[in-house]
Amino acid sequence: MNSTIKYFTDIFKGVLSLWAGMRVTGKYFISPGEIVTEQYPENRATLKMTGRFKGEVIMPHDENNQHKCTGCGICELNCPNGSIEIITKKVPNEEGKMIRAIDKHIYHLSMCTFCELCIKTCPFDAITWGQDFEHAVFDRAKLTKVLNKPGSSLKKKEVKS
Amino acid sequence: MSEETVEKKIILKEEDDYIVNMGPQHPSTHGVLRLEVCLSGETVNYMIPHIGYIHRGIEKMAESDTYKQVIHLTDRMDYLSSHINNEAVCLAVEEALGVEVPERVQYIRAILDELTRIASHNLWWSAFGMDLGALTTFFYGMRDREKILSIFEESFGSRLLHSFNTPGGLLHDVHPDFRKHTLEYVKYFRKKLPDYKNLLTDNVIFHNRTIGIGVMDKKMAINYGVTGPSGRGSGFSCDIRKAAPYGIYDKVKFKEILYHEGDSFARYKVRMDEMVESLNILEQLVDNMPEEGGFTAKMKPVIKLPEGEYYQRVETARGELGVYIVSKGAKYPYRIKFRSPNFSNLFVLNTLSKGGIIADLVAICGSLDLVIPDIDR
Amino acid sequence: MILDIYSFSTLTSSIDNSLHNMMSPWMATLTEFVLVGIVFLLFYALLGLFLVYLERKVCAVIQNRIGPNRVGRWGIFQTFADFIKLLMKELITIKHADKFLFNLAPFIVIIASFMAMAALPFAKGLQAIDFNIGIFYVIAVSSLGVVGILIAGWSSNSKYSLIGAMRSGAQIISYELSVGLSLLAIVIFSGSMQLSTIVESQADGWWIFKGHIPAFIAFVLYLITATAEINRGPFDLAEAESELTAGFHTEYSGIKFAFFFLAEYMNMFIVSAIAATLFLGGWMPFHIGGWEGFNQIMDYIPSILWFFGKTFVVIYIIMWFKWTFPRLRIDQMLNLEWKYLLPLNLMNTVIISFVVLMGLYFK
Repeated sequence: MNSTIKYFTDIFKGVLSLWAGMRVTGKYFISPGEIVTEQYPENRATLKMTGRFKGEVIMPHDENNQHKCTGCGICELNCPNGSIEIITKKVPNEEGKMIRAIDKHIYHLSMCTFCELCIKTCPFDAITWGQDFEHAVFDRAKLTKVLNKPGSSLKKKEVKS
Repeated sequence: MSEETVEKKIILKEEDDYIVNMGPQHPSTHGVLRLEVCLSGETVNYMIPHIGYIHRGIEKMAESDTYKQVIHLTDRMDYLSSHINNEAVCLAVEEALGVEVPERVQYIRAILDELTRIASHNLWWSAFGMDLGALTTFFYGMRDREKILSIFEESFGSRLLHSFNTPGGLLHDVHPDFRKHTLEYVKYFRKKLPDYKNLLTDNVIFHNRTIGIGVMDKKMAINYGVTGPSGRGSGFSCDIRKAAPYGIYDKVKFKEILYHEGDSFARYKVRMDEMVESLNILEQLVDNMPEEGGFTAKMKPVIKLPEGEYYQRVETARGELGVYIVSKGAKYPYRIKFRSPNFSNLFVLNTLSKGGIIADLVAICGSLDLVIPDIDR
Repeated sequence: MILDIYSFSTLTSSIDNSLHNMMSPWMATLTEFVLVGIVFLLFYALLGLFLVYLERKVCAVIQNRIGPNRVGRWGIFQTFADFIKLLMKELITIKHADKFLFNLAPFIVIIASFMAMAALPFAKGLQAIDFNIGIFYVIAVSSLGVVGILIAGWSSNSKYSLIGAMRSGAQIISYELSVGLSLLAIVIFSGSMQLSTIVESQADGWWIFKGHIPAFIAFVLYLITATAEINRGPFDLAEAESELTAGFHTEYSGIKFAFFFLAEYMNMFIVSAIAATLFLGGWMPFHIGGWEGFNQIMDYIPSILWFFGKTFVVIYIIMWFKWTFPRLRIDQMLNLEWKYLLPLNLMNTVIISFVVLMGLYFK
């Protein structure tokens, strides 16, 4: 007799537990306000990444097309993947002395693991994170970027706080 | 060679066994794990795991990286508890150098640990439900995990692999809203937990699929070195946060979740309870987190560990992660060895699944919560 | 009673008359065959595509997503786009597969579900064949599909497919019993196996209300067993994508895969339509005995809407099952059938016979 009662209580309990699960999904079915989908290409205008988002490494230039990179090569040293290459050149300064300056700051986005070591260790804060995240290209060569803009020059040294 | 060491051939499989390859591409192996399963009918006779499909040589790569650079490689091992992996290396280096990190850093690290743990268990819950055929759990779990990832993204700029730790502290300070958002998340997730319970935990089909499936007793868990929630489901008290507290954990009040049944359901319950326990820890930590104290200790720009061997173990979301560093005094480690939890957890799978059927194998594999890149490294 | 303006028999008989006026009787009959065939094929394909779309939308809303929303407004043409893609895909032939059976299997599956459609009463006067053994025919024909599944699994020369097919065989053969027994409840109530008679017998109340508790139990049992019968979650062991990748249709591609896919959804429609016809009154409007005014208002809703409305309610319930529950294990599923559903069904049948004998139901 006990087994018979157990048989039916098992069925009853099982059906109840199933109903509890169905209530959860049913609740979400009738509340479309819970939908969390982001419609990506449409919301491009409103889509804002957080300020610290690691999209890519960029070198900010000011309005005079000047940057802060001296070409010291510390970022190249610190990069664990070799995704930064610094090519320097010798240019004369005001006194006519030949000094070292950046020629090309080459950044291989395809090899970058976004560990932030280059940005952290840059003594002049010349590079920082860009918020752009749409990096898909058809050619791998396009992922190799030159960060300093053509014709740009080193910003006049100011007192670093 | 002496005469005793005769080469013994271990016959793993017979010629006419009915072998089914699950993987390297298979929906339920969660990555590139290949299980060579021998079946008779639906019953699993034995199972040979084949690993190495995602071997990247992280340990070897680490030998040519500075200690700061090693951090970002550890992200890529157990990518679901990347923060905890980072912390393991940082703690080892800090201990070797004798650096005292500020208390605030310890608090933040512990908060991030617990957030990572919840996010990881959340993803596991989603995927486990999907292994058993309840596809909706995947989206609910992902939805709630998204909230944690948003907190991460706000503070570190990346969602999954945030190399945020550095020997001596953190790369930079957390976002000003970090505390507020974490508390909001705790409140949000507590509200969602009944859904988890009704949808899966109490479900009678789920009980049938997991209770008594893949029973691992305590002895077996210790013999195989199964740690983390999988081991604790068998009553093996192996929580490093309790056994060898690191960081702030000796000041936090929390329970070590232990279940003694050792089946898939016990492992499931351990993780579900750990999520609640992590929420409790979060509430304690966030309230007491000091505002002042900076985010890093004073460190030399180039870290050179004194010659010697250093070992640090932490509790990741999957078990005990050990970091063993041999230093010869250079700025690169001479050798780094990671004792990864998933490697040990995987190899108990053969014993557990023997005699069960394919569906049980999937359930056991899911309940062990394997992350394949951590196995191969 | 039902308003005559909504009856399809006027339309069909006028077509019949005009055809007979235009051509000889055998030509007229042949033309009617072709017409009915075309209508059914179109209906089958369009409804199948719509059901796929519906399923994707329903599961999306359950899972807090939007679902397909790119092709056409609200993505309604998404499944058409998918279908065109499947049409254009390469039909991969498997090495060492039994080519003849491999190609035959999808057709068996789709023919089985296609034949079952013929006996469904869609609306008043809209039924292709009105057998006097309608239910029997539908059960017999719809279970032919398992032959196709078994052939597909066997001929694919793949271990996953074979396991999936064997599971499917065990599953459908067992659940066939319970489906038949739960449908027998209504046969006992209405005293007929003819689908049109059963619908007519529900003019003053559906069987699920008239037959109260035993009919409700039979309805629930039918829903569970029908879900198993059509290989849908939580009984989708034949496919079980987390265990067997895709089960019996692992090796199929292109349009052959689409056939399996379409047949699965049409089977869902058929079992739902049978549930609606037998338990929920088919195309019969919602009537309450004695409430003449209310009944007349209900009569103004066309019968075809009633039929599809009820069918889609049942379809939604079956979808709701799938997106909530974990999958059963094969032995547990057979346990469920032989230890729970079949005894309950037998008990229920005895109770219903008793109820009918004593006249304990609402007449």
